[in-house]
Amino acid sequence: MLSRQSLIFILLAFLFFGCSQQKGTTSYDDPGKPAYGDMIVMASIGEASNLIPLLSTDSASHEISGLVYNGLVKYDKDLNIVGDLAKSWEISKDGLSITFRLKKDVRWHDGKPFTAHDVLYTYKVTVDPRTPTAYAADFQLVKKAEVLDDYTFRVTYNKPFAPALISWATAIMPKHLLEGKDITTSPLIRKPVGTGPFVFKEWVPGDRIILTANKDYFEGRPYIDRYMMRIIPDSATMFLELKHYGIDMMGLAPLQFLKQTEYPRFKQEYNKFKYLAFNYTYLGFNLKHGPFKDKRVRQAISYAINKKEIIDGILLGLGEEATGPFTPNMWAYNGNVKRYRYSKEKALALLKEAGYEKGPDDMLKKNGSPFEFTILVNQGNTVRIQCAELIQRRLSEIGITVKIRVLEWASLINEFIDKRNFEAVILGWSINPEPDPYDIWHSSKQGLKELNFISFENKEVDELIIKARHTFDRAKRERYYGRFQEIIAEEAPYAFLFYPYATVAVHKRFKGIEPAAAGLMYNFIKWYVPENQRRYKADAALSP
Amino acid sequence: MLRYLLKRLFFMVPMIFGITLISFTVIHLVPGEPGVLDSEMNPKVTKQVRERIRAFYGLDKPLHVQYWMWLKRVVKLDFGTSFAPDRRPVIDKIKERLPVTILINLLSMALIFLVGIPIGIYCARYKDSILDKVLTSFVFAGYAAPTFWIALLLMMFFGVYLELLPISGIKSFNFSELSFFGKTIDVAKHLILPVCISGFGGLAGISRYMKNSLLEVLRQEYITTAYAKGLPESMVLKKHALRNALLPVITILGLSIPGLIGGSVIFESIFSIPGMGQLFYMSVMARDYPTIMGILVIGAFLTLLGNLIADISYALADPRIRIG
Repeated sequence: MLSRQSLIFILLAFLFFGCSQQKGTTSYDDPGKPAYGDMIVMASIGEASNLIPLLSTDSASHEISGLVYNGLVKYDKDLNIVGDLAKSWEISKDGLSITFRLKKDVRWHDGKPFTAHDVLYTYKVTVDPRTPTAYAADFQLVKKAEVLDDYTFRVTYNKPFAPALISWATAIMPKHLLEGKDITTSPLIRKPVGTGPFVFKEWVPGDRIILTANKDYFEGRPYIDRYMMRIIPDSATMFLELKHYGIDMMGLAPLQFLKQTEYPRFKQEYNKFKYLAFNYTYLGFNLKHGPFKDKRVRQAISYAINKKEIIDGILLGLGEEATGPFTPNMWAYNGNVKRYRYSKEKALALLKEAGYEKGPDDMLKKNGSPFEFTILVNQGNTVRIQCAELIQRRLSEIGITVKIRVLEWASLINEFIDKRNFEAVILGWSINPEPDPYDIWHSSKQGLKELNFISFENKEVDELIIKARHTFDRAKRERYYGRFQEIIAEEAPYAFLFYPYATVAVHKRFKGIEPAAAGLMYNFIKWYVPENQRRYKADAALSP
Repeated sequence: MLRYLLKRLFFMVPMIFGITLISFTVIHLVPGEPGVLDSEMNPKVTKQVRERIRAFYGLDKPLHVQYWMWLKRVVKLDFGTSFAPDRRPVIDKIKERLPVTILINLLSMALIFLVGIPIGIYCARYKDSILDKVLTSFVFAGYAAPTFWIALLLMMFFGVYLELLPISGIKSFNFSELSFFGKTIDVAKHLILPVCISGFGGLAGISRYMKNSLLEVLRQEYITTAYAKGLPESMVLKKHALRNALLPVITILGLSIPGLIGGSVIFESIFSIPGMGQLFYMSVMARDYPTIMGILVIGAFLTLLGNLIADISYALADPRIRIG
């Protein structure tokens, strides 16, 4: 047994070591001068699975490989397509081929020069049927890919394909390390070698991944010397770590953003940013299900839902009312479409037109049968579950009975959505700044596992999508997509609910952050920590 | 005794076989498949891609064929390669995760025994005293309250509010710069909360067992005889009662081994500890069948081994079992 004295000693020792951890004495208000050094600590709920981006679908893997690899093109802060590994490109007059001229001063992290052969290899391995990749679809439309010389690469399509250019933002793989080998067992899965601003350093499974700045990066050396991604599977723990300064950056939930971080110490240490995210949440109707075949019923439900109440009550104001499948920060967005502002009267009038009458119990009935349906929601997403509850209440006020069923994600998708065994569902789409809505809205995309699962069909929409897809002319595409959004708003196949804001806290010592349409991370290599505000030494967090 | 042991070992084989068969079937019945789970509802993942990925993992074959292939490998102690896109051997993944889980569980087991047994003895000795009631209610409240809730409260109090203990992980960022003593303190500080949390639930069980077992023994005639002989109370307790009362408690040690991996899932996820529990949780979420099966087989083996150890200890203590 320990003596009383030794117990007291141990307790004191812990108190001493604990106190030595006290932070928060530095002032971070001084913008200082850009300097190299320090480390940024990020956190991820899940562990990265595979650092060859072609083979992984999880966001943790893509976050890391996004810093290690480059594509030929990328989005700039205003979401224009600009060159990344490509210096420039030409689209042929008939729109069938794109010729990329590549940058000449780019080297792989192992020192070998980057050339057009690497691009050709990346294309070939992506379309190779033996490669288990989720990203082959856009590249399967390529008719011919060829190397014109070491720094010129041309790709030709059968038909002009508007999303083609941005599809070349895909990570380019090093041919010299992969060709002739089985990509699924390559060491690059755990130790990637890219051309990007950060070089892979260490991966401690289940714990962390560390990258270090690429001192020879062709766009200039990143100021932040080190990037660490910690794996913290529990979101409550992650938030506590942020409050404890164990991580430097984290996306916050509305309540965390507005209430739980509103105390002086946190404000002294963190900046909070808010910008429109690229996604929207909607209530989707199964258009093959009885009442929802009628446009007036769908419109009525859209009128009966109070979107403002959802945004104020659930998102605590951190969102905007959605009007259609594009977000307001996209060039293709059309804000002048039919809007469904909350109106019980309009809803009831439309339902009456559609043949629904209130019975003696105040419930809507058509031919004697009451109007009731079930909304499916996925487990774990409290925002969507709360939305379903508010919708349920509002619809009960006009005499519609709504049941809510909460399901685990995989069973919701596999057992209900894929089998079209649903009446209505609340889901969200993450969208790409490249607006092509083909996969979700074209009538040909109703097959098993395809995404037009609500069975939306409209001839004009089909034509508009195809036309916009096959021209590079931005003005024309804008016209087509403008009309497309008008039709979707009129037809109301979804009740569009809201566009949420992304809400992020970043430690104040990081300077140079400029929120833009593209978010925060687009200029990450320009972020810096002034010398006097640095927290971590050069070799922090590396294993001995 | 040897015959008894051999008989028990022999029966373990069909048992493990049965467990794996049921686990394999149940896991494959769960909706969702590896490889495309993250990309459900991703416009870029076409039907052909899904078929390609299914074939790549061998999921296009009938279930019994898949099981047979798996079984043939496992008999040779080859757990196959993970379905996670890293495609690493399952055994490597388990090997790098096992030590920390075992360490935490051994420590929490030690905590349970070092704290639980004295509580049990005290409560038996001073039955119905105020402290007995307080301790019993405290221990049971701990048992009843959800682990994650207590964990978060403690993290908030000791981590964020007092800044005394780290919140998650197993080492600090500056671990490599620390001296040996510093490293030990660092790991110890990281382990305090997880060990307390994982041990807390077990306290109720052990202290209750200890209390009842001791009360039972204290009612025996030989204890009355000992008192009658005029022996001091401490002597009666130490020499006569405790030794007998501890026997059934020690066998519980064997029975608690299988619970270790299961219990680890919760606290390893909350405290971001890269152990077996976390691996199991992530593998289930990713439908990584070979890793799940690997962990389950090891878990099943530990369960049966635990039962065997418990039975052997009983048999050693009570000859009637050995003969029967």
